[in-house]
Amino acid sequence: MKTIKEINEKIKKGEVVVVTAEEIIDLVDKKGAKKVAQEVDVVTTGTFGPMCSSGAYFNIGHSKPRIKLGGGICKLNDVPVYTGFAAVDFYLGATAIPDDDPRNKVFPGEFKYGGGHVIQEIVGGKDVRLEATAYGTDCYPRKKLETLINIKDLNEAVLFNIRNCYQNYNVAVNLSDKIIYTYMGVLKPKLGNANYCSAGQLSPLLKDPYYKTIGIGTKIFLGGGIGYVAWQGTQHNPAVKRKDNGVPGAPAGTLAVIGDLKQMKPEWLLGTSMLGYGATLTIGIGVPIPILDEEIVKYAAIRDERLFTQVVDYSQAYPQMVPGSLGEVNYAQLKSGEITVQGKEVATGNLSSYSKAREIAEELKSWIKKGDFLLTEAVKALPGAESGYTFKPLRERLK
Amino acid sequence: MASKKIVLHFPHRLVNQPIVYKLVKDYDLQFNILKAYVTPQEEGLMILELTGEDINFNKGIEYLTSCGVKIQPLSQDVIRNEIKCTDCGVCVPICPTGALVVDPITRKVNFYDNKCIACELCVKACPTRAMEVRF
Repeated sequence: MKTIKEINEKIKKGEVVVVTAEEIIDLVDKKGAKKVAQEVDVVTTGTFGPMCSSGAYFNIGHSKPRIKLGGGICKLNDVPVYTGFAAVDFYLGATAIPDDDPRNKVFPGEFKYGGGHVIQEIVGGKDVRLEATAYGTDCYPRKKLETLINIKDLNEAVLFNIRNCYQNYNVAVNLSDKIIYTYMGVLKPKLGNANYCSAGQLSPLLKDPYYKTIGIGTKIFLGGGIGYVAWQGTQHNPAVKRKDNGVPGAPAGTLAVIGDLKQMKPEWLLGTSMLGYGATLTIGIGVPIPILDEEIVKYAAIRDERLFTQVVDYSQAYPQMVPGSLGEVNYAQLKSGEITVQGKEVATGNLSSYSKAREIAEELKSWIKKGDFLLTEAVKALPGAESGYTFKPLRERLK
Repeated sequence: MASKKIVLHFPHRLVNQPIVYKLVKDYDLQFNILKAYVTPQEEGLMILELTGEDINFNKGIEYLTSCGVKIQPLSQDVIRNEIKCTDCGVCVPICPTGALVVDPITRKVNFYDNKCIACELCVKACPTRAMEVRF
């Protein structure tokens, strides 16, 4: 048994032992969980995939004379932001697109530029064009503002993503006889391909399935800088059916994360275009798992072969909210490049970069080893499997 | 028999000449036009699948070169922007010829441009638009 305080002492002294969520697998096979729990202090995880419920808030400072953007209209490089705050605060969402984007009018829409791309440019230090109109008040008389802004001049630029880091995700296929364009990528007809989106054995919440160490306040790698878990993410669904090893066999827990955009890097926050679907942001996240006991090691050492997920039809079942799975597969099968669905061999593609996830886990490992990154104690646990916390569908009503 | 997909660049002085006709008439070559942009006063571009006896094929290529037509193999058309590519691999099952393959060890995506037929399916399917068309 170890405490986070003891691990932090080791980090400060340069004596900490850190391995990635991939490296711990073979280590446990070789030495056993008990020994590894004594020897290893931290396991680092990583994931790098498109995460749509992301965005950033900004405070740009007051103009002279003053303008109240709240209730007005404001755009960054033609991409509209949400202004429903005070005078010069706004939130830019990753999936926002310019008003003149053709969307799916020219099918399938390309969605070449959206909120995610603006965030990447801002983080990269590029000037961004702000255009705003407001209604004018006695205390905020100005009605129009046009200026370039740069991240270095802003008061606040904060990445605040309300749902990231899904604990497991569906494998998407298309049973229909025409091509479909989804957030899971282009799906060819009649089981032409199967797309998945997870780092599997490197993915943060798959390696801490009961949220024993990852909680509110956990310090993380976010977009190349430092961030924190702010809350459970939206649609957090810890009650999903779990396998014998405790890992959910379908999409389950999620994280809301926050961090100062000014210390992040554009190579870990990528504007992304999903053909026929929309614009989004691909984000790099890495979460350290402190090895406090043998049980935590056992979870962290679960390999791809023992991580399972569901194959879902995105031509009918998903859009029509029809529950059900076409079958269960594990991440080793998905990574082999081919799975069998309804007796047919189907080629697989990952939307989430495993090699980048590995880079993130390695980067976080080096930060901890160098003493640059101390671990935090969670201030509150995420709602757990037995908490009664659920993910409900919408009940539509007019009264 | 030789059969190749090639990209022809015509300087604008040649755009008005019946060059492809000569390939058929003098060298007995079959052609299939895959793509063409021909505008007066500008460089013309044509992607052809050219098929014929080896000796005729080579003579035909010689003829094109002697006229001043620049020739490049088609595979050079689609290139990967290495900075933009995240090696996610969502392009892999989209590619009909197996030109995009995940390395089982590094999990990076290898692009074999000799297998690429420039169908461009990967270009728009790539989430970060790392696959680019260049002529």
